[in-house]
Amino acid sequence: MDRLTAVSPGADLLPVRQGALTLEEVLPGEITSIAPFRGQRKAVTQALLAALGVGFPEANCLTRKGELRCVWMGRDLAFLMGARLTADLGGLAAVTDQSDGWIVLKLSGAGAEDVLARLVPADLRAAAFPEGAAIRTQLGHMNVSVARTGGGLQIMGFRSMARTLVQEIADAMASVAARAGAG
Amino acid sequence: MRLPCPICGTRDRREFYYQGAASMLERPVSGELDAWHAYVHVRDNPAGRTRDLWHHEAGCGAWVIVERDTVTHEVFGAVLVEDADAD
Ligand SMILES: [Zn+2]
Repeated sequence: MDRLTAVSPGADLLPVRQGALTLEEVLPGEITSIAPFRGQRKAVTQALLAALGVGFPEANCLTRKGELRCVWMGRDLAFLMGARLTADLGGLAAVTDQSDGWIVLKLSGAGAEDVLARLVPADLRAAAFPEGAAIRTQLGHMNVSVARTGGGLQIMGFRSMARTLVQEIADAMASVAARAGAG
Repeated sequence: MRLPCPICGTRDRREFYYQGAASMLERPVSGELDAWHAYVHVRDNPAGRTRDLWHHEAGCGAWVIVERDTVTHEVFGAVLVEDADAD
């Protein structure tokens, strides 16, 4: 049988550096979407807490423990990232494997908010978007998730749009870095 | 313009898809032709307060009813369709 080499969505695209800014790929391992059935969110949180130590996140937030994250991804929807779902959510939630469907990026360095201010119609400054915040929004015309976690801004987009996503952010990084360089 | 999503908070209009008048939720009970004609085709197009359906497409994915003023552009509030329409 042929041996296939796994290639991450951003393998030939990243990292990108511009001045103080860095855009890099995050390899989250397994991504599992969890969509609690009506009225079951509390039971899902209890099952997740017991098995993994994180609860189902409130809107616009993520929960975390070590490398493990549970990121709010929409109405009654969250992604578990960084660990396998070991909780039994049978009868409590719809669960699907999303691991190969997304590219996960981290943008860090002074001016990261200025970069995304050119692309995202939401206030991502630290005062309005603190550590642990996680929203669904747009980057250009692409639907994305943006979160502040681990000292940077995490951007998740559809794998099929990885090249466009990286290019849009890289262009904005170049503009912001050029302005910083021009004083 | 910014719209107050009941789930996400106040967000930029670009994240929303505009559907049309919230009267679409008031489906005729009877099968009478005139009632269905009005439901499908007749709209008030008010200069003033209006209730519209919006989909927070690039946000949480919820359908919301937004009440706003077409003259002043003031937005008065929004509720989830689920909370306003039992169907
Ligand atoms: Zn929303």
